[in-house]
Amino acid sequence: MSTQPQQPNSTAAPRAGNPGAGRRRMVLLGSALGPFLALGVVVLFFVAADAIQGGNTFLSGPNLRALAKQIAPIAVAALGMTIIIIAGGIDLSAGTAIALCATVLAWSLKEDVAMLMLRGENVAGATQELRDGNEDLSKVRRKITRLQADAAPNQTDRKALQEQQALQRQLEAEIPVLKQRLEQITADSRRITRFTPWIAVVLAVLTGCLCGFLNGAVISFLNVVPFIVTLGTMTFFLGLAKIIAHESTVRPNRAEQIPQWLINFLSIRQNALIYGFPAGVWLALVLSLLLAAVLRYAVFSRYLFALGSNESTARLCGINVTWNKIAVYTLAGLFVGVAGIYQFSLLSAGNPTSGIGMELKIIAAVVIGGGSLNGGRGSVLGTITGTAIMAVIASGCTLLGLSNPIQEIIIGVIIVVAVTVDQMRRARLAD
Amino acid sequence: MPEPLLTMKGISKRFGATRALQDVELEVYPGQVLALIGENGAGKSTLMKVLSGAHPPDAGSMRLAGKPYAPAGPQEARGAGIGMIYQELNLADDLSVEDNIMLGRERGRFGIGGHFGMGCFEILDRAAQRKMVRAVLDQLGHPGLRPDTLVRELSVALQQLVEIARAMIVQARVLVFDEPTSSLTGQDAKQLFRVIRNLRDSGLGIVYISHFLEEVREICDRYSVLRDGKSVGHGELKDVREDEIVAMMVGRTVDELFPNVAHESGEVLLTLEHLSGPKTPTDVSLQVRHGEILGISGLVGAGRTELLRCLAALDPVRSGKIRVGRMEPAPTPRARIQAGLGLVSEDRKGEGLAQSQSITDNITYSRLEPYSRLGMLALGRRRQAVEGWMRRLRVKARSQEQAIESLSGGNQQKVDLARVMHQGAEIMLLDEPTRGIDVGTKSEIYRLMGELAAAGKAILFVSSYLTELLEVCDRIAVMARGEIRAVRPVEDWTEEAIMRVAVDVENG
Repeated sequence: MSTQPQQPNSTAAPRAGNPGAGRRRMVLLGSALGPFLALGVVVLFFVAADAIQGGNTFLSGPNLRALAKQIAPIAVAALGMTIIIIAGGIDLSAGTAIALCATVLAWSLKEDVAMLMLRGENVAGATQELRDGNEDLSKVRRKITRLQADAAPNQTDRKALQEQQALQRQLEAEIPVLKQRLEQITADSRRITRFTPWIAVVLAVLTGCLCGFLNGAVISFLNVVPFIVTLGTMTFFLGLAKIIAHESTVRPNRAEQIPQWLINFLSIRQNALIYGFPAGVWLALVLSLLLAAVLRYAVFSRYLFALGSNESTARLCGINVTWNKIAVYTLAGLFVGVAGIYQFSLLSAGNPTSGIGMELKIIAAVVIGGGSLNGGRGSVLGTITGTAIMAVIASGCTLLGLSNPIQEIIIGVIIVVAVTVDQMRRARLAD
Repeated sequence: MPEPLLTMKGISKRFGATRALQDVELEVYPGQVLALIGENGAGKSTLMKVLSGAHPPDAGSMRLAGKPYAPAGPQEARGAGIGMIYQELNLADDLSVEDNIMLGRERGRFGIGGHFGMGCFEILDRAAQRKMVRAVLDQLGHPGLRPDTLVRELSVALQQLVEIARAMIVQARVLVFDEPTSSLTGQDAKQLFRVIRNLRDSGLGIVYISHFLEEVREICDRYSVLRDGKSVGHGELKDVREDEIVAMMVGRTVDELFPNVAHESGEVLLTLEHLSGPKTPTDVSLQVRHGEILGISGLVGAGRTELLRCLAALDPVRSGKIRVGRMEPAPTPRARIQAGLGLVSEDRKGEGLAQSQSITDNITYSRLEPYSRLGMLALGRRRQAVEGWMRRLRVKARSQEQAIESLSGGNQQKVDLARVMHQGAEIMLLDEPTRGIDVGTKSEIYRLMGELAAAGKAILFVSSYLTELLEVCDRIAVMARGEIRAVRPVEDWTEEAIMRVAVDVENG
């Protein structure tokens, strides 16, 4: 069969011939650059306001660094949300999933996960066991002294004394073993513990992927709308994190258990910077570029847009809707996991409740950046710009001394305005 | 000849750089049906939007029943007696027949509705409403329709009747029907024509918009043709031949609406054995050959679309076999595509095309492999290939990156056909491929089908438009109640014979 197009056998399709073409191209360009222009306007506004107030700090190095630090974590999570929204889905569980990943990371550091995996025990645990053994022994010894002090022991007392003495002998035999075990574990730990941070990071990312996979699988196989499924998993992940954290916050020892690079990951102290920005900012940039390339060149991306634009069409065209949906959510979970690392690095702790409400910020970033909740539309550049707009407004308001509630009101207005303007532009285009 | 009921004179309308209407004339007489004819994009819809107050004209004047008429909005136009019945039904499915008919015209007990925007605080006067609704349904010849039935529970034909009733409830003087039969079966269309004739005889002026010239001939008295936003002809229908009307519509003489491309049937390509779907089709056995165009006729609900969907594995198969050559492809859409089956859906908007995505994407969705290496796309090669397809099918677009939703219906249909051809389909499943498409494009699609058959493809052509089936197909199968009732060479069929089988007469 001939699958290559035949030679043009008749009149070519008239192209770009009508007078409206130029205008349309401008409108198209505007709609691609819209969020970017909005960012420019917002930045200019704050620079001007700053200058009028006599300051000159808005575009200074430190302030830009602080901005980048605020943008990076949200941006990474929003990258994942972008592909979900392009594919016509939504993920309300992103916030609590991020906190879950951060909690898993904190727990893994605190519990020395490399030792747990290779030796089944960590230094803290062995130390605790030895301490418990010693305590038990001294308790038993005190009891024996008390029983022996009794001048006229009766039958039961004598029996109790014998029992305690047997226990004492047993403990006295056990403690050297525990001591030796502790020494062994401590020695092993010198070799093994240094792998813990890496394993912890991998576990955090895997947790993110698993969360995404769970979302995708439930949405695909049970055929329930993403909004409802992720509304459910939102609290599910929160509960899971709380169980891991024993309903509190997991705080690894900052000096011993958290490696310096993880502390420096989003730090803007001078010695933490690489080419002027912390590692986390660079990582966010690299991930953005990678995802942008995937969205442009990968076959998978065509499936995403098809799914989001019209699921029936995707099915008709032989695209495996079920597995591609699961793949989207799992890939987005990867970004959630990475965002968990950022979250941990900011807090130096794993707090299960620290992600509540974050999903709305993430979704807002995508939507301000031109993503459509109807699916089929969204871009990496837009999402990053959207995140930046929100961060710039927050930071600019702080700089101008505007209170938090005012910032929130402004961001709320911006969300609605951004989407309205985008819709109007598209309506003009469709005319 | 009586005075015209409605006159539109010198109507012009511009959207940006596009001149949608230029100096258009229209006259509607009481007790007559006027056919408004023109290709898609000729300006019929815009003209009717001007009439119904949705768009103010840039120039020109209108007179209704002898008085100047310049509606400020749709509500005012409705009040003045202009009723519109659109192609797509605009009904609230969860409201009753009565509520739908009275929507926006509710009768209140205190008569304050309409003043000070207080209508929403009124108490409904159900008894008065019921009387009005019954009167209208009587006039439409459907006194049996219960006003409290939910619209959701009605057939499409009855839903349309509710639309008509809604247009009538405000003392309509002119009724506009915009392609009213496109979603109706032949039987229901006949019923609709009876209603329209009734209305005409009661002295209303009726504007009837349609692509189907036979239909126009059957129901209309006069005609008015639009092309590229201009009036190009009008007069009495009995004075004009069909090909003259077509020539006016397309601006050139169409030598043949149904171009004849020689093709010959070869070996058997597709075999269905006792195929049954979830509900329909039931027990379908059929063979289709290389180079054969097999038409599938039947009423709506006979299971034609479902048959094609089973073949494309979009609906599950309950029992029976599908063989392509000697292979039995797995029941997934992907496997069927690879086996050489390609479906053009009847529902372009909802299923056939991803409306917000580009032409390029839509043409290549079902076969991205030629451009992919290690999961990455060779965009340049893909662009070249798509350009070739667009040229071959003469898709009119500003660029390949243009979103489908901004194309005309005909061009959308061409993109959908291009997708199936690009996919390399050997068996084309075309479900109503010419529905809602202008005459010129229809003719192009018929020619394309002939060329494909000549190249050895097998084509299953589902259509409700009997003329095109009889002109284009080699054999025609007629379905009723999920079964294939008869398959005969096209020479052995007439429109009447097809209808007799389709409505189940021949089998008692």
